[in-house]
Amino acid sequence: MKLETINNNIETIVKEKQALLQILLAVQDASPENYVSEDSVNEIAYSLNVSRSRVYSTASFYSAISLKPRGRHIIRVCINAPCENAGKQEILAVLEDQLGIILGQTTSDRQFTLEGVSCLGACYASPAIKIDNTLYGDVTPESVITILQEYRKEAEDVDCSAS
Amino acid sequence: MMKLVHFELNGQIVEVNQGLSIMDAARQHGVKIPSLCHHPDQRVKANCRVCVVEVEGQRNLVSSCSTPVTEGMKVRTNSPRIRETVQTILELIFANHPQECLTCVRNGNCELRHLAADYGIREVKGEMTCANAPLDISTPSLVRNPNKCIKCGRCAEVCHHVQQTGILYSHYRSVDVSVEPEYGKSLAEVACVLCGQCASVCPVGAIHERDDIKKVWAALDDPEKHVVVQVAPAVRVSIAEEFGSAPGTIATGKLVAALRKLGFDRVFDTDFSADVTIMEEGHELLHRIKTGGVLPMITSCSPGWIKYIEHNFPDQLPHLSTAKSPQQMFGALAKTYYAKRAGIQAENMYVVSIMPCTAKKFECQRPEMKDSGFQDVDAVLTTRELGRILKQAGVDFSVLSEEEFDAPMGISTGAAAIFGATGGVMEAALRTVYEVVTGKELPNIEFTPVRGMEGIKEAEIDLSGTKVKVAAAHGLGNAKQVMELIKAGQADYTFVEIMACPGGCIGGGGQPYGTTNAVRKQRIEKCNGWAKDVRNFLHYVFNYSKL
Amino acid sequence: MLTALHHNNDSVFRLSLFQEFPTLMHYQSFGGYEALKQALTGNPVNIIETLAAAGLRGRGGAAFPTGLKMQMVRNNAEPVRYVICNADEGEPGTFKDRFIMSHIPFQLLEGMTLAAYAVGARKGYIYIRHEYPEVQDTMRRSIAAASAAGLLGKNILGQEFSFEVEIFSGAGSYLCGEETALLSSMEGKKGRPRLKPPYPTQYGLWGKPTLINNVETLANISMIISRGASWYRSLGTSDSPGTKLISLSGDVARRGLYEVPFGTTFREMIEEYGGGMKEGGSIKAVNIGGASGVVVPPWELDCTLEYQSCQERGITIGSGAVFVMNESRSILANVHNRVEFFLHESCGKCTPCREGLRQAGRIIHRLIAGEAELSEVDNLERYTRAMQNAAFCGLGQAAGNSLISSLRYFRQEYEEACLDSTQRFERREVTA
Repeated sequence: MKLETINNNIETIVKEKQALLQILLAVQDASPENYVSEDSVNEIAYSLNVSRSRVYSTASFYSAISLKPRGRHIIRVCINAPCENAGKQEILAVLEDQLGIILGQTTSDRQFTLEGVSCLGACYASPAIKIDNTLYGDVTPESVITILQEYRKEAEDVDCSAS
Repeated sequence: MMKLVHFELNGQIVEVNQGLSIMDAARQHGVKIPSLCHHPDQRVKANCRVCVVEVEGQRNLVSSCSTPVTEGMKVRTNSPRIRETVQTILELIFANHPQECLTCVRNGNCELRHLAADYGIREVKGEMTCANAPLDISTPSLVRNPNKCIKCGRCAEVCHHVQQTGILYSHYRSVDVSVEPEYGKSLAEVACVLCGQCASVCPVGAIHERDDIKKVWAALDDPEKHVVVQVAPAVRVSIAEEFGSAPGTIATGKLVAALRKLGFDRVFDTDFSADVTIMEEGHELLHRIKTGGVLPMITSCSPGWIKYIEHNFPDQLPHLSTAKSPQQMFGALAKTYYAKRAGIQAENMYVVSIMPCTAKKFECQRPEMKDSGFQDVDAVLTTRELGRILKQAGVDFSVLSEEEFDAPMGISTGAAAIFGATGGVMEAALRTVYEVVTGKELPNIEFTPVRGMEGIKEAEIDLSGTKVKVAAAHGLGNAKQVMELIKAGQADYTFVEIMACPGGCIGGGGQPYGTTNAVRKQRIEKCNGWAKDVRNFLHYVFNYSKL
Repeated sequence: MLTALHHNNDSVFRLSLFQEFPTLMHYQSFGGYEALKQALTGNPVNIIETLAAAGLRGRGGAAFPTGLKMQMVRNNAEPVRYVICNADEGEPGTFKDRFIMSHIPFQLLEGMTLAAYAVGARKGYIYIRHEYPEVQDTMRRSIAAASAAGLLGKNILGQEFSFEVEIFSGAGSYLCGEETALLSSMEGKKGRPRLKPPYPTQYGLWGKPTLINNVETLANISMIISRGASWYRSLGTSDSPGTKLISLSGDVARRGLYEVPFGTTFREMIEEYGGGMKEGGSIKAVNIGGASGVVVPPWELDCTLEYQSCQERGITIGSGAVFVMNESRSILANVHNRVEFFLHESCGKCTPCREGLRQAGRIIHRLIAGEAELSEVDNLERYTRAMQNAAFCGLGQAAGNSLISSLRYFRQEYEEACLDSTQRFERREVTA
């Protein structure tokens, strides 16, 4: 992706090394596969006049930045103690079972990626999960299935209207 | 006048200059604090934590490399708490480090192993957690063993900050931290110039020169082969360090004797072809000045530099002198001119170079380096490898008597002796030009550092009324600055010397371990001492060459 | 939102009822921005003096006196200065900053503006963690609303003073809550901590003097300026004036966020604010201060929430997370979760944190699998000590807190899990 096309997404001064993290996040947000590709890493390095390894170093450090293609929706399951004690394991098991993948993987239809996340700041409603930008608190094995169905339905609707 | 501060070191009041770290201050007073990530020429990293000490009033231990001494500070460098902490940290490192010390290339000069011995580590209680990742053997110059990396960050610092080649950097986080090129690529897949500065600063065996000793033994053991060796100028001021001498000890005669003992058929001098380089470059410069060729002309002796410009400034290649490096001129001449004179078939010849340089291993196998119809230089040993092969052969360097290089390719003007230090190649070439143009000897060149660019120096000489501005840069970080000026058309230089390594070849990536800037200075001083004699000699040679 | 903020006339927070979309008008109807109006006509130093007199200390965990920190930035000769709000609320079990930014964003913005006026900064950033995108949106909208109303931007309230605020998103790194790692992150680098000194007050963002404060700290400022230092000191105790937001979670009846005056005991928090244990359970242990905090048994809960008394008992108030475990919970499992968390979040820069956690993780894994030996518990303790003594940054030093404290109070549970434990044999015989 050309940097020019993402300039509008970045509040901080682009073309400065300082903005690297925000550039990476913007590039990822603009990517249909929710990741930063090797081409993008090279392009960013070229534009900012820094080494590719510097860009990769920052990109690989942050867990919110993916260097591998991900699904359209990212399901994040909180893995910290309050959620763990509130039954995170069962929620995760249901999700893994429903999606047919394990933590860290992407479904073969590239609709969902399942990730663990450090504390969503929703311990008053644990267990908590987050799908894209939406937080779901006090989830149960049953409610997770319902939530997932909504996303699946939406995906089918999109596919139908596209075809 | 430097301000002095007083502090308490293990109960004694001592006095040191203000601004010193606890580590340096303690060292001045006879207390050696262990260190791994610390390197005197690099910025403070403070990440290995083996240098921790107690400072009164501080809840935790502090890293002595990063903490400046202040007036009245009370420091303890030895206590049960410190000993337990340092031993634990060392154990933690070992648990993640292959226990292959006996077969490691750094056996004997590994900084981690020295600490293990000093701290009496007799068992590692933790679970062994070292990875079994494949080695990077993608280049002819360097071998990277990620399993041995202790993540001290010295290589990344030299690669990013000094050389600014930006190849090795630390990626990921926590236990996944790796110091490597992006995407885990091999060194051959990225724009690594193989300067070997990373290997030079690595405290352990995580990155080192590719060992070509076996190849050289095979040639020496082959009765059919006529094996000749050439020695670069910078090796003679450093090889003695491999045998315990002080940095900068000149050991040319002993070096020749040692190489003969190894069984080389002829022991030649790279200075021979360096003279040829001087003549070539000098005349090429003159030609470019006279015919309006591409200026500034930039030297082409340093293979790391050549690889750097190819990767980073490919559009600036016409600035390079067309002359080969002395190593490759020697190889080509050895397998043609010398072979013919000696009545030996080129295919039966084997040419070994002893170089201060890891990039020379790459240079000799470049496909264009085959003027004789064969690979002109067959094998390159670094100074460190030479030290090892001599030890294998049981050569006792200290008791050797001095010997002379063989004729004809051991004869040189000596002008090339100054090649090893930054600015040397340019000075030698300029002297040629000056003599040719004016018929007189060039007075001493007054170099001044370029403002704001430490590591780059420039000078102006009067060539029969024409002012010629020249510059010399060493270290690729400095080279980059010069190249950006040239590329932008903002440099009014006629001639520029660039050496990939800090200090020039004497600071090469293949030089003995412990090559710090202080050691570089000592080696350069010896080179300059030489240069005085050389300058007188040059005058004679150039007059002679006109006949 | 399930959170219930304890609220009465002596609250530091301007909030009466929960609103889905907090509006500027709503905030102003509770006296919002009165403090700024008042302060902008006076000497900036007054703000610093009032905060110092009130005894406000940083609420992010380190508890550094806020007035003193501001003074250090203000005294710097460099004219370009920054105010950064640390909203990288990553400490597991903490959700106070999320609450403030979601419900009273203008109180944070007013506090930041007051802080900027006090230290002479014209530019501020709010570093909000990536896990809070909806909070980032709320803050963006609030900044726009405040700017439109002349409360941010050029010539605030018609005065000479100008101040802009921008949102900076984190990218999933707990360590960026450490102030120097946060700075590295904002400068486009890995979120690794920097050497201190120099401190951010001297050499902060892009080398300029920078005031970095937690969301809660900054949100405290406007009320202190409005109602004065003596009012603030009437809350809490003389050692620790004011109130603290406590994120209460775990096996209590009413999980949520509570504004608690300093001096309250941890038991009161659980019994009175949290309504006691859920389903009549009993307390086995309480994790105070989040993942980097300590695990304490019930008999330590009479300790009062005060910086001095907590320090004396080895309790870390930290971000104010209180996570309660009932008698069915396994200490080992909890500590395992904490160590796994740090193994994921360590920046990997220094040896004790990186390798110490690696080994600690292995040992706890072996303990849970029933494969460890007693001597490994001693090793675990030794590795943790090395981390506490020698890690590069505060987070690395704190990473072992839950280990050390649980070994102090619940060592038996560790030892029982060992292969060569005598207790283990006895227990087997009983069950056989």
